[in-house]
This record gives sequence, structure tokens and C-alpha cells, in this order.
Amino acid sequence: MTQTSNGSELAATINSIIAEHKTLEGPLLPILHASQQALGYIPSEAVPMIAEQLQLTKAEVHGVISFYHFFRSSPAGNNTIQICRAESCQSMGSRELEAEIKQRLKVDYHQTTADGEITLEPVYCLGNCACSPAIRVNDDIHGRVDMNKFENIVDELLTVAVELKL
Amino acid sequence: MNHSSNSPTVYIPRDTTALSLGADKVASQLHSQQPDINIVRNGSRGLFWLEPMIEVTTPLGRVAYGPVQPEDVASLLANDFLQGDSSHPLYLGLTEEIPYLAQQQRVTFARVGITNPVSLADYRAYGGLVGLQKALTLTPQTIVDEVKTSGLRGRGGAAFPTGIKWQTVLNAPSNKKYIVCNADEGDSGTFADRMLMEGDPYCLIEGMIIAGLAVGADQGYIYLREEYPVAHQILNEAIATAESENILGDNVLGSGKAFNLQVRLGAGAYICGEETSLLESLEGKRGMVRAKPPLPAIVGLFGQPTIVNNVISLASVPDIMANGAEQYQEFGTGRSRGTLPFQLAGNIKQGGLVELAFGATLKTLLEDFGGGTRSGKPMRTVQIGGPLGAYLPEHLWDTPLDYEAFLAIGAGVGHGGIVAFDNSVNLSQQARFSMEFCTIESCGKCTPCRIGSTRGVEVIDRITNNEQREENLELLEELCDTMVHGSLCAMGGMTPIPVTSALKHFPEDFSPAEGANSSSQQQGAEHA
Repeated sequence: MTQTSNGSELAATINSIIAEHKTLEGPLLPILHASQQALGYIPSEAVPMIAEQLQLTKAEVHGVISFYHFFRSSPAGNNTIQICRAESCQSMGSRELEAEIKQRLKVDYHQTTADGEITLEPVYCLGNCACSPAIRVNDDIHGRVDMNKFENIVDELLTVAVELKL
Repeated sequence: MNHSSNSPTVYIPRDTTALSLGADKVASQLHSQQPDINIVRNGSRGLFWLEPMIEVTTPLGRVAYGPVQPEDVASLLANDFLQGDSSHPLYLGLTEEIPYLAQQQRVTFARVGITNPVSLADYRAYGGLVGLQKALTLTPQTIVDEVKTSGLRGRGGAAFPTGIKWQTVLNAPSNKKYIVCNADEGDSGTFADRMLMEGDPYCLIEGMIIAGLAVGADQGYIYLREEYPVAHQILNEAIATAESENILGDNVLGSGKAFNLQVRLGAGAYICGEETSLLESLEGKRGMVRAKPPLPAIVGLFGQPTIVNNVISLASVPDIMANGAEQYQEFGTGRSRGTLPFQLAGNIKQGGLVELAFGATLKTLLEDFGGGTRSGKPMRTVQIGGPLGAYLPEHLWDTPLDYEAFLAIGAGVGHGGIVAFDNSVNLSQQARFSMEFCTIESCGKCTPCRIGSTRGVEVIDRITNNEQREENLELLEELCDTMVHGSLCAMGGMTPIPVTSALKHFPEDFSPAEGANSSSQQQGAEHA
């Protein structure tokens, strides 16, 4: 994910995403997914551009972005961790796990850690229900998570982040 | 697959669950220690407590070892597991003879875990495309009749007869029709759709092409939930290969018939698993429920007649076409024909996928297959059919698993997801969560669901805090009744099911002492 620094670069990225997906049937969700994948979020500048080219109102585009839990209007941390809150994970202690993870990261859901590394989100089922509790770290799903395993996952994430920065 | 005669073949699943327990690390460890091994990344057999379960081909058949961690690789190699050596502690014997697997009736999941999911050669070698080839010789009406005869009912939960739905779309006059696969299975405790897509994607693709031939549709969409990144990748790989081999495209297997297929990603909205919300979402709108009628079969995607079927419904069709409707409908009991992939989840020792004909009991699944709870504490309740399903006490676990028998006890089989809880569960907490889930995930279009669920959370809190208990219990019942009868779709209409089943079967958990305690715990763990 790249943080685009200047406005015209951002506009160019969004315009090329719109051009690439515009001919699809029902192109709005694919455009929003591609934008978020490229930029890490869907910037407010994208809304009027998408609206104009798809002949929608800005309110309609904004309404779609805000309806779906996955779309975000501001950047997340370098990593996103989702904790499953659904019944299967509850039966294996996810309520306690989420409380401990929030305490460990010193954030609540939808917040990012002070160092900007981890954004914490709830999720309702990762389809890993026979190995609950489950969490998702970016695109990797982990099963039978306890605090010990969680610490290892975070260590690995942050080590990789430091190595990349060096 | 590239079998050279002297390089042994080892299967290591790339299924989400196996990956979530370290399958990739096992594969890279094995590769680094013995690079000449032919590693095939298969789907999972669905014996999830044994994942990562790896298999090696031997003259007697495939021999399994599991659960394998990266640090086990050295000792496996030292014990000569490549020859199927039985002395290693992780040795499980011939895979097909493991009782959990041997006692199943695998029809829809016949290939899952056996083949490399993206290998078309594997798919063909294990009976793939036979159903499609047969369908290409039949008239649309004959295909629809075959599906009707099979007795197949929608495997997404509502259990509507699939053949009748297809007939409606076939009869609808239009030049443009669509096949939409509802792969937005967002229910807790379900992973059959995910496993099928990850373990045998061509089976779903084949089923969708047959559906297209049956009703005259040349465009299909798989609406996949964003939460399944592995399934997304595997489906896209399979679709690209199917296109390059003329299975998808403008000339399906040289027949001159066209069928194109795309995967579309959802964006984390549970309600988009409801078929009309799903269609709105595919069209690029908020996933708001549509009033029915008109049915999607008549006015569906972009206003055109549309089949909306669940993954397992569509994936059941190739077998029905290949082996005949009669053999399929011989499985099952009463009006529940064929097999259902049950999913054992939650607090269960041997969680995984169990495909059986309808008619087995919950007890068989929970005890014979599941082996009791993972925690070792007594099992207290199971929730069946997802977050909108009933919580059942032990005395109902003898009910045979068929749609009608479950309806009679105020529950539903749904898609066969079964979540077990031990005796540490508090059912007033679970009831409260059902209402809370509905407040978060309601599309907001109708008042009983949007507002009813918010009031539901409050009323349950008052009951467990012992505030005007009798009046509030009565109010909760009325509220549930309003949601059941006044909601536009199953989200609001079914949210009361877990609530009323918890109240009916576990009233002691709503008692003041226990309840007040649990309510404060619940609020402590609540989301922001």
C-alpha cells in the first residue's frame, strides 16, 4: 500500500481504476475494492470522481462506502487485525481474548495503535470455526489463538515491519 | 500434477484452516529439507483437529500424518514417512480408513482433499465434467426435470426446492438471464462453502455452467465474501484455467454455447447473504433488502430473471447430472433428499466437515464424530444453522436431521452448521448477542429489524438486571413476535429464534443472580 503524497497522483490513480472497471456490470464495488487496495482507504476526493463517471450522486457513492464494514474513508495502520466475534469463537473464549488483545494493544475496535502499526477490527466469522478462536492478520487467518500465540504473531509482524524500514 | 517416478508425492493442504495452523511453514520446511519431493497443495479432507494433515502416496494408498508442525518434519523424514512408515507418533494410517472419514457419505465433497483444487487434469481424472458433458446433450427442460427429480433443496438455509426455482427462471421470457452463486455464507459455524470453493472450485464452476444451460443464461457471478481471501485466490485461478481450456467462455467444450463467470467480492456486510440484498450489492448499491414479490427468479439481477443459489446447491448439480437424479434422491429421509455437509464447530474435540445423508441425529454428529467438547467439560447446548438458529438442549439432540423434523422442534437445519458449547456458556449472554448482532448487521430498511433488535438488547439487559422482570419478559416475547411477523427478510424474522430458544430451554440463565453477573461481563467485552 502506498500513501500517495500529492493530489494529482491520487487523482490519476483513481481515474485509472475507474477506467479499468467502468465497463463491468455493476462497477461500483469493484472500483471501491480496487481503490482501497491501491491506496489503503477510499479518500474523500474519490467520491465526486466516481460519482461523475458512473452517473451517480455523491450521496449514493458515499452511502455505499459507509454501508459496508470493509470500506474505510481514512487510512488504517500498517497492519489490520480482525478478531472474530461470532458464536463459534465465543464458545472457545473469544470474549476474553478480545478483551485481552484490546488491553495488550491499548486500543478499542476501529482504532490504531499509537505507533501506527496495528488497526484492530471486529469480524463476524472467518470460516475457521472448527479451530476457534480465529483472527485475521491482513490476509492470513490464524486458528486456535490464545494470548501466547497472539504475542508471537505480533512479534513477527513488527519484526518484519522494522526490517522493511531498515 | 507432475509425477516423476522416483520423486515421492506429498499432499499438504492449502485450505484456510490448514493454513491457519501452519501448513505453509510445513510445506516450506519439507521442501528445504528434501527438495526433490513433489509437494501437491490439495484441499482439506475436513478433519480439522488433525490439520495440518499431510499425506504421502504409497502402493497401498495415501497414508496420513497429523497434526504436523514444522518441527516434526525432520523426524518424519528420519522415520521414512515417504514409505508410509507406521512408527511415527503422528501416523494416522490410510487416510480413507480413518473412521471419521470412512463413515461419511461423500457425494458433493467426493473430490475435496483428494485433488489439487486448481488442476483440471485432477478434476477430469476424478469424474469432473461428466455432468456438464451430459447436460450439453440435453434440452433445458430435461436438465431442470433432472434437478427436480433429485429432490435437491437449497442448501443455503431456506431449503426451497432447487428444481422449482430453475423452472421459474426457465419459464421467464427474457433474452438476458443470470446465474448468481451466493458465496456470502457469513454464518458462524459454517465453512462448507469455503471448503468446497477452496478444495474443488471446478465443481462449483461446472454446476453454474449447467444451471446456465438449464435456463438459458450466459453470465454468472460468484458473490464471495471478502472474509475468504484464500477462496478468492483459488476461484480466480480455477476460472482463468477454465477459460483457457474452453470450459468457460463463448464456446463451452466446443458446444457453441457461451457461459462467462466472474467473482465479485462483498465488503463485510452480513445482510448481503440474503439473496435480494446480495443482488443490490452486485448492482453496486447498498445491500438493502428488496420486498418480494417479485422473486429474483422473475426480476433478479439488473431486473432480469436470475437463479440465486448457494454454493453447495450448485456444487451438488454435477453429480446429479453425471450419476442420475435417482441415485441422488435415494440418499436421505422424508422430503430431505440427498446429503448435507454438516459442519462441526465451536467447542468440539474433533471439529470438521461431515457429509452424510439426511436423517442422522445431532447426537451421532456431536459424539461419534465430534468426540464431545474440546474443553473436556460437559456439552450444554448446540446452536444449529448459524447465528439466527436455535440453541438446543441435550434432550433434543436425538432429533433426526431433516428439514421437517427440525421445523417441528422450532429449529432449522439451515446449512448444517453446528456450534457446540460447554457448560461455561451463559444463554442470556448468547441471546443478547443475537440481538446485538442484528443491530450491527441489519440493513436498516425495515423497522422491526432495525429498531426491534436495539430494543431487544435493552429488554434483555433489564431482565437480567431484574428490573420489572415479568413485564419485560412479556415485552420481549411481544417484541420477538413483531420481529418474526413484521420483518421484510429472514434477518429480522429469525433473530428471535436464538433468543426464544434460549429463554425456553435455559430459563435459569435469565435468572437475576446469574443474569446480572453475565450482563456486566458482556458489557465489559463489548465492541466500541
